[in-house]
Amino acid sequence: MIERALGNRNLRSLFLAGILCLLYCLSAFGLQVPERPEGRVTDRTGTLTRDQVKALDQKMASFERETSNQIAVLMIPSLEGDSLEDYSIRLAEKWKIGQEGRNNGVILLIVKNDHKLRIEVGYGLEGALPDALAGTIIRNEIGPRFREGQFYQGIDAGVNAIIAATKGEYKARPIKKSSPIDFWLPFLIVGAFIIFFTLAASQARRRHYHSGGSRGWNSGGGFWYGGSSWGGGGGSDSGGFSGGGGDFGGGGASGDW
Amino acid sequence: MGRMAIIIIPVVIIGVLVIGAFGVYNGLVSSQEEAKTAWAQVENQYQRRADLIPNLVETVKGFTQQEKSVLEEVTRLRSQWGEARQSGDISKSLQAAQGLDGALGRLMVVVERYPELKSNQNFMKLQDQLEGTENRISVERKRFNDSVLNYNRKIRTFPGALFAGLFGFERMPLFEAEQDAKKAPKVKF
Repeated sequence: MIERALGNRNLRSLFLAGILCLLYCLSAFGLQVPERPEGRVTDRTGTLTRDQVKALDQKMASFERETSNQIAVLMIPSLEGDSLEDYSIRLAEKWKIGQEGRNNGVILLIVKNDHKLRIEVGYGLEGALPDALAGTIIRNEIGPRFREGQFYQGIDAGVNAIIAATKGEYKARPIKKSSPIDFWLPFLIVGAFIIFFTLAASQARRRHYHSGGSRGWNSGGGFWYGGSSWGGGGGSDSGGFSGGGGDFGGGGASGDW
Repeated sequence: MGRMAIIIIPVVIIGVLVIGAFGVYNGLVSSQEEAKTAWAQVENQYQRRADLIPNLVETVKGFTQQEKSVLEEVTRLRSQWGEARQSGDISKSLQAAQGLDGALGRLMVVVERYPELKSNQNFMKLQDQLEGTENRISVERKRFNDSVLNYNRKIRTFPGALFAGLFGFERMPLFEAEQDAKKAPKVKF
């Protein structure tokens, strides 16, 4: 049965394409990328103390409140032979650091035992933090400190430099998770229809009785006001590590120490 | 009433089929467009690299008097790529880009022999930019391949396959030399 099915040229090439797809997928997934974490700093090597993680997280959180730019730090022990750039872009595609539309996320990835690190820059910050600057930050700020085993100081200096570079790029705005207008639009349209028909009816009535017009206006206005007060309630910032949706295109720089 | 049903039922069936066909056709068109956009991204990144080359060549020239041939080769292949891109022939432009990959790889090997150049601030920044661009190229190349795989799958499976033949949707080529091209510029000792 299967042989007969495979005798068909189209089916056979489809089968081959399927196998190729499978192989491609297997080769595409090297080392497993961790899920998007709760905090901005994830240390899988046990190098940083809890207070250090907290201090970095707070610094990056307040920067995010100010500018909406998101920074995340991940420290892992080893790439297990995977390529730094491949791993980093897969991480960026999974975590989606940065606001949607602004793409203003930066990831600082540190591979402790391989002595490699990378600053991955989202599309929206490539202008403020170009590759050459990312490389300079790695060479001048982070690298020398890491070489002396001062990991917290190195990360802190790197984060400071990233903040300094990207400060002017965006201003904070209330993060719209889903615009309230999207949700209320159908209701507004229905409301508009009702207003339209009310008006039309009142026009018709006016034609019959000259005094009836103003009542129709009032009820229509009431509907409209109702609509706009519903719309006003959206857009609050929880202050946690939320947002997301930022795109990356491989910008940034890699380095070692 | 009976006569109405005889008219209405086929009309409804045909209507549903036509609407379904629109959906499938539009799906094919949009994934084809996606793949084309992804290709444009790849070319943008190649352009970005080409824009870096004159500056790179100038900087390297200042330190290495006797390495003229490799620099000339890079410059020549760069303009060759520019011409190929202008011609709009994808496979030609791809070939030229890969030739440039190789030449840049050789240039980076040569550079290793000049410690003074390697520790030059300006050169380091150029190298960051070049590496960043190579990385962007490989990212966009992978995305291009993903979108082409998606499109090719659509035109070869049901129901897309029915329309692919009818409206002339052809298979698109993948970026095949990915492995070689990716490794070429990352020569380090």
